[in-house]
Amino acid sequence: MPEIFELEFMRRAFAAGILISVIVPLIGVFLVVRRYSLMADTLAHVSLVGVAAGILTNSHPVVSAVAASTLAAVAIERLRGVKSLFAESVLAIFLSGSLAVAVVIISLARGLNVDLLSYLFGSISTISPVDLYMLAAVFVAVILAITLLYKEFFLVSFDEEFAEAGGVRARNLNLLIVVLAAVTISLSMRIVGILLIGALMVIPVVSAKQFSLSFRNTIFLSIFFSLLSVVSGLTLSYYLDLASGGTIVLVALIIFLLAFIIKKPE
Amino acid sequence: MTKKNCIDVRDVSMSFNGTNVLESITFSVEEGEYLGIIGPNGGGKTTLFKIILGLLSPTNGEVRIYGEPVQRFTNRHLIGYVPQRVISETYFPATVEEIVRSGRTARMGLLKWLSREDRKAVEKAMEITDVTAVRGRLIGHLSGGERQRVFIARALASEPRILILDEPDVGVDVTSQEKFYAFIEDLNSKLGITVLLISHDIDVVAHQVKSVLCLNKRLVCHGSPKKFISEEYMQELYGKKVKFILHGH
Repeated sequence: MPEIFELEFMRRAFAAGILISVIVPLIGVFLVVRRYSLMADTLAHVSLVGVAAGILTNSHPVVSAVAASTLAAVAIERLRGVKSLFAESVLAIFLSGSLAVAVVIISLARGLNVDLLSYLFGSISTISPVDLYMLAAVFVAVILAITLLYKEFFLVSFDEEFAEAGGVRARNLNLLIVVLAAVTISLSMRIVGILLIGALMVIPVVSAKQFSLSFRNTIFLSIFFSLLSVVSGLTLSYYLDLASGGTIVLVALIIFLLAFIIKKPE
Repeated sequence: MTKKNCIDVRDVSMSFNGTNVLESITFSVEEGEYLGIIGPNGGGKTTLFKIILGLLSPTNGEVRIYGEPVQRFTNRHLIGYVPQRVISETYFPATVEEIVRSGRTARMGLLKWLSREDRKAVEKAMEITDVTAVRGRLIGHLSGGERQRVFIARALASEPRILILDEPDVGVDVTSQEKFYAFIEDLNSKLGITVLLISHDIDVVAHQVKSVLCLNKRLVCHGSPKKFISEEYMQELYGKKVKFILHGH
């Protein structure tokens, strides 16, 4: 067995990384094609509120992060329908607003021995078996939801009005996709970090879109690029002693640059 | 034999923020009819379509589809909708076939996979609209005319009895336009599909459709194209004397 897999925390990191690299772009593709990429970053910032609240109240930070980002996802979806607000302004308000709340909560929790950086930038050594079980449950939920509702998600992403005219409940499907995004983001922060998870949700999808032959093809290619980024990023970070989240996102960026340079001429 | 009404619009009014957009509109559409809807910008044409499709609830009145109130009408797949344009049509990474298949989604229902019958309907829709040859191409790589045919194929994939088209010829060149209207005429006459069409092109409406509905917040006239061409209605619709020149087809 290679040295890297002799360590239990690395085995857990790889297991979690592989689960994340499948579901993160799978959700991300439905956000990117609707020009809703900022949603991933916004929900990640809201997760920080949950982490801070979890630390302050001495509860599991990942659980409170899931709760905070899910609540925010529901609120954002509701506010998106308000005509006097622009969808991207709603995201900007949540993104910076949640950061402000998190900073205040963190300052209240001063004195506690908190490794906040591990949440912000990811720290593979902190992944517990419980984190991994929760991630596995979310993995199953995301795969099931996307597989069973694929045709509905596709229809609503392409043309919401047409979907509604046909009697497909677009609002519920939109809500489901952002809630799944919220849960996935909160559970992925241990690996990639709050500040970088948005990148993993968006960059592999944009890279895949450079070569896209179809929607289905874009999904599979996004997952492939994401897997490549996570596995090689984790390996590199181990051997070169680098931060895991940053290395993963840098690999994703390099893939994007290569994809952009060698993309098919349109 | 009298034909059945497939759409009944009864005393429909609509206002947005206190401004009336539609005032007491009442008319019926018989099965097999080819109805052109014309009127000035802001005359309420698209709003009326959205009410018929159940996308908007009117402030007053009701719409019935095959006798049932539209909000409770469950066989929505019987209405095929072709929007003016789709916001994401130029950049969405989907093929023609994927988009035409999506037109079948509502009819198939939740948790159902494409059956042989569904595949057949999708193939037929692509064949009728002549997009089979471009089925593997991305929607963003097509011309305006081809894209429009794809959206009609998507609407036809659910095997509708009513086809609702909102200014389908915007951005389509004249040659493609002529072919396009001949094709819509075929759908109506050969397949018996009821067609409702919004058009800004009075010439098209006068030549193609069987009946015309003129809308300028209220119903200005509803009848044969000949009746509509009379100057009196044109003046009422557009607020000034309009000289109507018919191009021979």
